[in-house]
Amino acid sequence: MSEASSTALQSGVKGVVNDFSSDMQSFHVPWGKAMMWIFLLSDTFIFSCFLVSYMTVRMSTTDPWPYPSEVFALSFGGEPIPLILIAIMTFILITSSGTMAMAVNMGYRKDKKKTFWLMAATALLGASFVGMQVFEWSKLILEEGVRPWGNPMGAAQFGSSFFMITGFHGLHVSAGVIYLMVVANRVRTGFYERRGNNYEIVEIAGLYWHFVDLVWVFIFAFFYLW
Amino acid sequence: MAQEGQQHPLGVYFWIWGLLFVISFLSYMVDYMNLQGYLRWTLILIFMFLKAGFIIAIFMHMKWERLALQLAILLPPIFICVLIWLMAIEGDYTWLTRIEFFGESTFVPESPHH
Repeated sequence: MSEASSTALQSGVKGVVNDFSSDMQSFHVPWGKAMMWIFLLSDTFIFSCFLVSYMTVRMSTTDPWPYPSEVFALSFGGEPIPLILIAIMTFILITSSGTMAMAVNMGYRKDKKKTFWLMAATALLGASFVGMQVFEWSKLILEEGVRPWGNPMGAAQFGSSFFMITGFHGLHVSAGVIYLMVVANRVRTGFYERRGNNYEIVEIAGLYWHFVDLVWVFIFAFFYLW
Repeated sequence: MAQEGQQHPLGVYFWIWGLLFVISFLSYMVDYMNLQGYLRWTLILIFMFLKAGFIIAIFMHMKWERLALQLAILLPPIFICVLIWLMAIEGDYTWLTRIEFFGESTFVPESPHH
């Protein structure tokens, strides 16, 4: 075993075979990162189930599906602009993904201060995303009369699909904001500095955050644009 | 690992960041310009896969991971295609049965702003 770990790792298909048959460690990354990836994989299946069931009910209903472009239009005094709030939310999430990627980079450069501020910015953007979602939900429930069992615009399944998919995503964003704040605070207080100056956790938190953005890409395409 | 973690020049991130903004803007334009039909669906899917690909490959560093991890994470989601296929058949069948037994929809939308 000691012989295997001391020699250089092979690449390509041979590397895959060696990695899985090495009898000790298949993924040559920190265990926390491997675990986060496997968690994200399982989460992928959960969100896929939601989106596929949304596809199924949308295909099977004979009532017209409410046109998201109009349902989610917002007017600022003048003509309603189609889907504008959703577009702003999309840009906010992408901005936060960028600041998170920077935070990971700064973490590996051992720049405590920049890592903290970039993570704090990411959490703040995430929180504003959730805030806009609260606004969107209230408008839909109170003004448009959308319920999980029906709505005035079309197919009854619209409400349940919408609340389930965006609700579960919003929950992920909220959890991510808390997660980021905890890690950011530990960066600030020097918790990781004292533990061997190791900032891998910032990359692991980053993986989760990028995943939340990734899921939004699919929700935006399939629920709002389709 | 020769170096600790994933360290890459900042420029890569700025490039991808900008690109993601552009693609997001374009996908919003699909709706804003009110494109419909196959053109709309094709563009939505292209922009979606581009964005997803850049996020996974660059922001999540998948491009630089070892093949064993890449395969372990990226292969299983292919099975979702089977689920999509099965449920598309199911959805189509349900729609046909509804038309057969209940007829065409008689739904009359209310005015959203009354």
